[in-house]
This record gives sequence, structure tokens and C-alpha cells, in this order.
Amino acid sequence: MTTTTAPTAVPTGARITGPRVVRAEWIKFRSLRSSLIMLAATVVVFDALGLGFSAFLADATIEPGTPAPPGGPSSLDPLGASLGGVNLAQLLIATLGVLLTAGEYATGMIRTSLAAVPRRWPVLTAKIAVLAGVSLAVLLPTVLLTFLGGQAVLGDKGIALGDDGVLRAVLGTAVYLAGIGVLGAALGSLLRTTAGALTSVVALLLVVPGVVSLLPESWSEAISPYLPSNAGQAFMSLGGDPNLLSPQAGAAVFVGWLLALVGAALIRLLRRDA
Amino acid sequence: MIEARDLSKRYGDRLAVDSLTFTVAPGVVTGFLGPNGAGKSTTMRMILGLDAPTGGTVRVNGRRYAEHRDPLRQIGALLEAKAVHTGRSARDHLLALGATHGIGRRRVDEVIDLVGLREVAGKRAGGFSLGMGQRLGIAAALLGDPAVVMLDEPVNGLDPDGIRWIRGLLRGLAAEGRTVFVSSHLMSEMAQTADHLIVVGRGRLLADVSLAEFTRQASRTTVRVRSPQAAALRDLLAGPDVTITGGEPGLLEVSGLRREVIGDRAAAAGLTLHELTATEASLEEAFMTMTRDAVEYAGATAGETR
Repeated sequence: MTTTTAPTAVPTGARITGPRVVRAEWIKFRSLRSSLIMLAATVVVFDALGLGFSAFLADATIEPGTPAPPGGPSSLDPLGASLGGVNLAQLLIATLGVLLTAGEYATGMIRTSLAAVPRRWPVLTAKIAVLAGVSLAVLLPTVLLTFLGGQAVLGDKGIALGDDGVLRAVLGTAVYLAGIGVLGAALGSLLRTTAGALTSVVALLLVVPGVVSLLPESWSEAISPYLPSNAGQAFMSLGGDPNLLSPQAGAAVFVGWLLALVGAALIRLLRRDA
Repeated sequence: MIEARDLSKRYGDRLAVDSLTFTVAPGVVTGFLGPNGAGKSTTMRMILGLDAPTGGTVRVNGRRYAEHRDPLRQIGALLEAKAVHTGRSARDHLLALGATHGIGRRRVDEVIDLVGLREVAGKRAGGFSLGMGQRLGIAAALLGDPAVVMLDEPVNGLDPDGIRWIRGLLRGLAAEGRTVFVSSHLMSEMAQTADHLIVVGRGRLLADVSLAEFTRQASRTTVRVRSPQAAALRDLLAGPDVTITGGEPGLLEVSGLRREVIGDRAAAAGLTLHELTATEASLEEAFMTMTRDAVEYAGATAGETR
């Protein structure tokens, strides 16, 4: 029957390079239905909720600063309402990140990936680069259009992109969401199980902030601003909230969280058997 | 070429691989034979750098696997445990794998045709039968046209047609001068494909011999002799190189003497024979005997150290 003696189409320069590993991760990303579904869900949820909260605030009987409906922004102002989908959208994009990494462990694909690139670290860094790049490419226009749509719904109550700090908050929201996707990918790689990583994401983003707020005030004030969700809130809002860090400090703390988690994931990847 | 030197792997209390030293040479099919749990898969994972050895080294084509810049050109492997994302099509799986080395669609389509998966290449691998999954794994192993092909239990789940196909494939790969390293827990399978055998049991090396030599050692002939005067016959046949066992009254199992010699001696002494049959021990029996000894040995030492 078949033998392999025929000349093959393997190019003579076939070897590993950084861009090639990135390309391989891009093929992996686009060839999974789950990645595309989670990314689309993130966009739809962010957009729909932002427009919905804006319409809620546009109602004449509601004054700015009114407590938001459940699941909404912490307070209703024109910026927070139009970007209010971030709370739910972050869970969807975190799930995307978890599926990309933990999914390889669940299916055994990781053994193929690491046998092809035995130095290992390029696999995870390329995966995170693809996830961050695709997320930003999709989310920057999504967040911008949702903000503009929300302000249009708000009419006279709306604010302009050129107002102080608004553009930074809008771009910051897209960066935050992409960052939460990376956080999910890092936890998925670190914990190697989809369920464990998703539980950790929910704990870190939703449960821990709630628990910290129950601590004595001196403790909670010292810890709370440094949690990833609150550090993100610092650069996604206009600033001036005494419970949050400055936008610059918030961004630095948020990036610090991502570097720490990705670093831990890389160390575990290099040290442990696959 | 694969060279393992004192290769060991310990999981907690258990020594899964115990100081294995062997060389897998190019140009022949080398069978890696041992019962389930003998450490074959662990050894193969260490060759690929997926598991780190707790002792010793293993080199592929002269270097540690991770030091190669083109690992898919050096060694293509099919692992026993599945290593494919169930949500991805066979073609996308191979495209992503090849992309790490700049290997493109033409080569992917070549290996898809080679393993006979063209019809289903666009379907999600999660829906594949065990046999189709094995074929996809073999396609991945051949993708980089590697110098070493290493397959862990490749015939698992293949139908008779597939088994025949893979035997021909392995022979063809070896004839091209490649190193072919194939594990199995079935002696009968290895007897049909391998030129050389590396036999392990409980993580230890039991034999590193050519198939011809293994067969010669194994096929020690036993002669069944039935006689109403068995006791007298036993005395007559006894000698330094002769082993005689008797399972039931009137029956002797004689090894070390040819059938003709036994018949002639019985006739000369006037003893009656009811049966005189030569039986060759099968390779499977020889393999079972060899690995059973290893298991008993390991059990005994474990008991002594406690």
C-alpha cells in the first residue's frame, strides 16, 4: 500500500520560529467554535447591556447617581451606564481565556503542542499574544461604538468623548476586558482544569471583593483598591473616587496582576510534567 | 537514533522506569515490548521531553529533544493517550501543528492522504472512531517527515485492514533508513513487524535482542512422552542437560533431548510408548515467562524491603 518514499512537501527550512508559533496559535484560536462563540457573546452582552443601562438612565425620572439595577454599574452616570456591560462581559471573556488553555489539558492537546515546541514557553506566550491581540482588535471598536450609542440614547444627559478622562476610560475598558481574558488564560494554564480555573476567576473577580468589604474598615480600605476588578475600575472611570486608586496606579496594579499570574503559569509550565 | 542511559522515572513511591539503558538504531523496526504498566508510555513521554526523568538521560539524534530547533523533523510521535482537541477538525489540527515549523497545507494534505483520512479531514476530531483517531495521530507523527518515528501501541483500535496497513508502513519507514520505535504489549504483533526487541517489565530492561535471537532462545523444544512405564523411562532419560517434568501419572515433559533419541532409547530398553510429541514453545509463551519472572522478582524485593 502506501509508503512515504515519494518526495514530500516539507520545506527545507522547517523549524520553529517565534512568528510561526504565533501563527500556529492563531490557527488553533480560529478553528475552535467555542472561541468564536465566547468572543461574540462578550461583544453582544457588552453592547446590549450598555445600551440598556443608558436607556434606563435616560428615563427622565431617574437622576444621575441613582443606584443601578442588579448586575449593572456601581452607580449610574452617563459613562458608567454606557460601559456597564463590563461586569458580565468580563466573565465571558475570562471563560474564553480559560477554555483556550485549560481546554488543551482537558483534551490532551497540550501533549501535541508541547512535543512540537519542547521549549514550552513560546506556546503559552504566543497563545496569550493571540488572545490579547484578537480581543483588543474586536473590543476597541465594540467599546467605542457602545459608548457612542449609549450617549446618543442619553441625549442631553450624555457626555462627549472629548471630555476630561472619557477617552482614557473608554480605551481602558477595552484593555481591561482583554486583560481579564489573559487572566483567565493564565489561571487555566496554572490550574489545568476548566472548572477549577472558572471557579477561581469568579472568586477573584466577584467573591473576594465582597468578602474584603466585610472585613474591618481599616483592612478593607487597604486591600480593596488593589484587587484586579477595583484596580480596573480605577482606570475605567473618570477618577476622583476616594475608594479607588488613581487611574495610573490602577493600571499599574492591574498589569502587575497579569504579569504575576502569567509568570506563575510559565513557571509551572516549564517545571511540571505535561 | 534514540539513546537512553540509566533513564529512570519515579512517581511518589513507585519507580515507573528503572535505570533503562538502550539504543534504538536506524534502518530497522524496534519493538518496545512489555505488559501494561511496564513503563513503556512513560519512557516515550520522557523521550519527547513531556515528562522529566528523575534520573539518567535520553537523547534523540544526538541531542536532548528540547535542544532541537526542528523537533518535528527529528521525531514524530503517536502517544497512547489522545492528544487532539476534540473540537477541532483533523485538517486544522495538522495545520496548527505544522505551522510551528512553517510546514504548510501541501504537506498536511499529503499526510491526510497517506493515512486515508481525506473524506473526514474537515470533521471534528471528537467524532472520530478509535481507529480514525489513531490514523490522525500517525498523520501528525509523519507530518515533519521525521528521521525517527515513535508510535505507542499504534494498532490499538485498528481493524485488520488498518493493522496490515500499519505493518507495511513501519517496514517502509525502516527501509528508508529511519529509526522506527513501536511499543506493544502483544508479542504476536511484534513478531510480525519488529526486527529488534527491547523488552521491559516493571520499568526494568529484560532483553535487548534481535527478533531472530529471541525466537531461537524461545523455541526450546519440549517432548511429551506418555508411557505406562514412566518411572523407568524417567531414569533412562535423565542426564545433565535434560529436564523432565511430569504433570500426571504416565506423562513426562522432556526438554533437552530430541524426539528421535527418546524413541530409540525407549525401544532399546523395551519400554512401551503411547505418545511421543514434539511441541515448540510459542514466542508469546516465552514473552510471558520472561515478564512473569520480572513481576515476581519485583514483588519479592518489594516485600523484602518492607
